[in-house]
Amino acid sequence: MKIHEYQGKQIFQRYGIATPKGYPVFTPAEAEEAAKKLIDETKIPVVVVKAQIHAGGRGKGGGVKVVKGGPSEVKSVSEKLLGMQLITHQTGPEGQKVQRLYVEQGLDIARELYLGLVVDREARRIAVMASTEGGVEIETVAEQTPEKILIEHVDPVTGFSAFQARKLAYALDIGKNTPSPKDTIADFVKLVTKLSTLFEKEDCSLCEINPLIVTKDGKVVALDAKITFDDNASGRHKDWSELMDKAEEDPVELEAKDSGLSYVSLDGDIGCLVNGAGLAMSTMDIIKHEGGNPANFLDVGGGATKDQVKKAFSMILSSSKVKGIFVNIFGGIMKCDVIAEGVVAATKELGLKVPLVVRLEGTNVELGKQILKDSGLAIQPADTMSDGAKKIVAAVRAA
Amino acid sequence: MAILVDKNTKVLVQGITGSAGSFHAKQCIAYGTQVVAGVTPNRGGEKFEAEGPDGKKVIVPVFDTVAEAVKQTGADTSCIFVPPLGAADSILEAFDAELALVVCITEGIPVMDMVRVRRTIEGRKGRLIGPNCPGIITPGACKIGIMPGHIHRVGKYGVVSKSGTLTYEAVGQLTALGMGQSTCVGIGGDPVAGLDFVDVLKLFNEDPNTEGVIMIGEIGGNAEERGAEYIGKYMKKPVAGFIAGTTAPPGKRMGHAGAIISGGKGAAKDKIAALEAAGVRVAPTPSDMGTTLKSLLK
Repeated sequence: MKIHEYQGKQIFQRYGIATPKGYPVFTPAEAEEAAKKLIDETKIPVVVVKAQIHAGGRGKGGGVKVVKGGPSEVKSVSEKLLGMQLITHQTGPEGQKVQRLYVEQGLDIARELYLGLVVDREARRIAVMASTEGGVEIETVAEQTPEKILIEHVDPVTGFSAFQARKLAYALDIGKNTPSPKDTIADFVKLVTKLSTLFEKEDCSLCEINPLIVTKDGKVVALDAKITFDDNASGRHKDWSELMDKAEEDPVELEAKDSGLSYVSLDGDIGCLVNGAGLAMSTMDIIKHEGGNPANFLDVGGGATKDQVKKAFSMILSSSKVKGIFVNIFGGIMKCDVIAEGVVAATKELGLKVPLVVRLEGTNVELGKQILKDSGLAIQPADTMSDGAKKIVAAVRAA
Repeated sequence: MAILVDKNTKVLVQGITGSAGSFHAKQCIAYGTQVVAGVTPNRGGEKFEAEGPDGKKVIVPVFDTVAEAVKQTGADTSCIFVPPLGAADSILEAFDAELALVVCITEGIPVMDMVRVRRTIEGRKGRLIGPNCPGIITPGACKIGIMPGHIHRVGKYGVVSKSGTLTYEAVGQLTALGMGQSTCVGIGGDPVAGLDFVDVLKLFNEDPNTEGVIMIGEIGGNAEERGAEYIGKYMKKPVAGFIAGTTAPPGKRMGHAGAIISGGKGAAKDKIAALEAAGVRVAPTPSDMGTTLKSLLK
């Protein structure tokens, strides 16, 4: 689960990580008010207005504006930003609608760096990554100049050690041209250590500051905050539900999640209902292999009930882009008769207007096939995945 | 012969009184697995009843702790069905009791818990399979996990996979071709887990009764690439491969917590290229896993 920059910064502040002062706002009037307050409190006339969407690359996409003309200009800038479709390299071509802004104090930036924490699957630990190449796409740095990314791993027993933070500080030459290099280094060591604690305590899967800045007076400040939480840990973080911005999520995927289903929308026209993530992914692959295009990834999971299957099938049936449906089940814990009952129940309510190919295998397969047969639905049975994929692609072409 | 588990394996089930635990413990016992104990805190002293493959009643004693269960029954392997937020603790308890093998079925364990678990079990006796996996089966001898037993046949081919249902798919294809299995291992699709491809491939390589292997990977991480490196250097037996997720869009989690292409890494095409370079024949579609392995045999 992703959260907004301003929410990330609020969490940073709880952990004592330095951020610029700022206020989240929802209207141009609020933005003007926030700018007045900020200028009053900080005595800095420069204010930054930042569009709050979950995707990165906002600056390049025109979603971050430095305003020097005071509160009235902040208001007019906000009028333009709020409601715009912000397009960045992470949003896709349709962009994401801006509905919240963050109004923040401007700072005198001496240097922009990168600091990011992720779970390193190979090392099986948190990796702390730092780079002198801040403010740009870190993916590009990783690809073109991987030697510019410094990595230290966090031992879960001891936590992130001060010596590791110092190693990074010296390698980044963080104290370069600052009034007191010693203090700047100490500032950085504290910040990285706190961020590592935050990552672990808050069950993050990603925590990124890009850019992390050194101000002209030698302070180390998080100018950005990007946090992604590990969904598996939501059971022990009751506050996450308040942090979620449903406007940023795909409504169909949210609906599926609420029903305990795993669903991802895709661009094609063949709806898929499958049990198991691996089988669901490879069902998409085989449809593509046969020349078709999957409309979704849908894993009903191992222990789905008839109602969940019905819900899943209804979601596919009610999608306007779907021109054919492929049900591919290898029953293990999941029983084929439960799948069949769910499919029949959904079809009875919504009707079946597109071709349907069903491949059933595994536990209670005969029972499942009988239920489908007795339903009188126009179903094309398939013996294997490949047979099923061929049939649905042919049927969609013929339609 | 097989790897990791056989007819002598003595299994205890952590979470045996829960709905998933009791259902699957019964299925394992019906398959013929020696389930000798159950563990659920505060339920020690209860009896768990099931039916063996011959229809005879089997009574499994329940204990409060793994240590006590091991002491009383001599169990050497654990199968875990504990809910996600308590599962890491259960894995640590099993390792503390020095079990040889710990199979964790639970899906949805927070990754930080698994980071701590991996650190704690480093250098310890015992192996971990999973979490978020179907488990392990040596057909005709021992089934530990949630896979449908009836699709398997005794034989000479190994299967190692990140995905549950795709493993069943591969096993179903092998069985239909008359190719039985030595052992099938589901290693799970989580970012931080126990045995990986290299560990299991090594065991198959050393097992005199395994004559070929199907390896099933998916997008995300680089465990497949490391597996390919091992195969290229050391594998003496034919390996057929399949990678799920060729058409998965970047940045989207495809069901499994680990199945995500991020920062340009973990794409299927890179994994397929690495496997092919190592001499693995990669099945063009998931329907061809069995026939691809067959085509490699002399």
